[in-house]
Amino acid sequence: MTVRDIPPRWQDPVTILGILNTSETIAIVGLSPNELRASNFVGFYLRRHGYRVVPVNPRETSILGERSYPDLRAIPFKIDAVDVFRAPDAVPGIAEDAVRIGARALWCQYGVISFDGGRVAEEAGLGVVMGRCMKVEHARHLGRMHWLGFNTGRITARR
Amino acid sequence: MRERPAKDFGFDTRAIHAGQRPEPYTGARAVPIFQTTSYVFEDPDSAAAYFNLQEYGNTYSRIMNPTTAVFEERVANLERAAGGVAFASGLAAQAACFFTMLTPGDHVVSSAALYGGSITQLKHLQRKLGFAITFVDPDDLDQWRSALRPDTKVLFGETIGNPGGNVLDIEAVARIAHEHGAPLMIDSTFATPYLCRPIEWGADIVTHSATKFIGGHGTSIGGVAVEAGTFDWSNGRFPVVADPSAAYHGLAFHETFGVYGYLMKLRAESLRDLGACMSPFNAFLFLLGLETLPLRMRRHVENATAIASWLERQPGVTNVRYPGLPSSAYAPLVRKYLPLGAGAIFSFDLPSGREAGRRFIESVTLWSHLANVGDAKSLIIHPATTTHRQLSDDELAAAGIGAGTIRLSVGLETADDLIDDLATALKEVRATSGAAARSESGSRVKTNG
Repeated sequence: MTVRDIPPRWQDPVTILGILNTSETIAIVGLSPNELRASNFVGFYLRRHGYRVVPVNPRETSILGERSYPDLRAIPFKIDAVDVFRAPDAVPGIAEDAVRIGARALWCQYGVISFDGGRVAEEAGLGVVMGRCMKVEHARHLGRMHWLGFNTGRITARR
Repeated sequence: MRERPAKDFGFDTRAIHAGQRPEPYTGARAVPIFQTTSYVFEDPDSAAAYFNLQEYGNTYSRIMNPTTAVFEERVANLERAAGGVAFASGLAAQAACFFTMLTPGDHVVSSAALYGGSITQLKHLQRKLGFAITFVDPDDLDQWRSALRPDTKVLFGETIGNPGGNVLDIEAVARIAHEHGAPLMIDSTFATPYLCRPIEWGADIVTHSATKFIGGHGTSIGGVAVEAGTFDWSNGRFPVVADPSAAYHGLAFHETFGVYGYLMKLRAESLRDLGACMSPFNAFLFLLGLETLPLRMRRHVENATAIASWLERQPGVTNVRYPGLPSSAYAPLVRKYLPLGAGAIFSFDLPSGREAGRRFIESVTLWSHLANVGDAKSLIIHPATTTHRQLSDDELAAAGIGAGTIRLSVGLETADDLIDDLATALKEVRATSGAAARSESGSRVKTNG
């Protein structure tokens, strides 16, 4: 499965905005402590914009000042959305965990393309986004992406 | 915030709205001109996040400006690109794109039928920055292919060549580039995004001199580069884009920013370091231009077609190089890449050389004699006595320019008025060359030139 095969419903702006508007806690699976990695940029950004970012990385104890958990099932509080920075073949297992812990959304970043993983989450009623970056989509719809000349694709005459 | 399902808005709608939401504090409907050099930070943490590129933030107008950003996003949207970066001129945009992806020793394959300023720029960059360039006949795909070397890093051409009107087979050249792991960069100034969107045919980087049709008013110099966001800069051939950047304490732009990696590097490094930024006021004027781009281009094409067709029927006029004419060798490529028209800039030849060209220019009264194109006003130039006057007739021929070549940029005036002016000038040229012929031969035989 490649980027071109991602079903449009997994990149739907209504789903994307729903997740961004209603989530408070976001678990980032594969969050790196390295400030120069994409996952760290995303975690840093989401925290700056008021989300509680929960690191899931078995090799670390704390990232971005938050306790890091070895897997989703180890998190002792409610998670609204699960954001994945892992190899595609890890996604079905992560999706099953996301369903088990009662998350409402599974979000797979650029290159994290897994039809099986998406279907597991979708069949359990979770919102699914795939092949999109949570930071970019937040910046596109709610943030300041337009300040740097990026094509947000947004057209509106409303304030 | 209200969000409706994704809708693909039409080009004319996007030319007016893309990149701008009504300003949230005042409700101003026009794009405000943020004429400021710098921006007050909310707090030290925010400032640090902006400088680390961890947050989209305004720091200094050499690197970003909210008015200029509307222009950048609008062009990117019209070109179906991931984003855009504006520059002080089209040549500055082009230079910054090369600067971002090339290092000394790299090789560039370029169309030979480029704007003269671009050829000069490439030759200077070659000498001063130590990379090699092979110029090829853009119409010959075998030349593009055989010019490739292991160190070829980019292929470069124009959608519609200047001044010969060559139409590039973008899809075929993009395939040649990609098979070699190199991007295709296109100067699409003559086409504008209304007539052709090279990214839809596989191009990776598109540049414009906004000075021309994008502005359309001839008031401002500016340029813009947009990138598709789909080229794999991490294919091992572009360490200059993909490897950790010393200028950002080890940040790997393509890995970290993905689709936006090249654009981030173009802005945060190349624009920052070269410094050729667009002024917010010029961005405002270019935005005014873009609002009417579709309307203007439709009329430019209509007028150019009428004038080229008329010229083709005039005795004493040869080689009307308007690719939009049914007789053009480029007609099949125009049907594919420029279905709405082949622009409004083309050249033709007067047979009696430099003196006829000079006389022709002296005789027009509505066409403006100047060195620009893409204005609302019709423009005319005789390369052999102006832009290329240092060249001999042989050198002109090598550049694809005859001693009697006239270049037109057809404006938006009433087409009949433009034709009347050209008709008068043609008569004057015929009368003059007739008189010259009479005095040279000493005969009283009446000639029609």
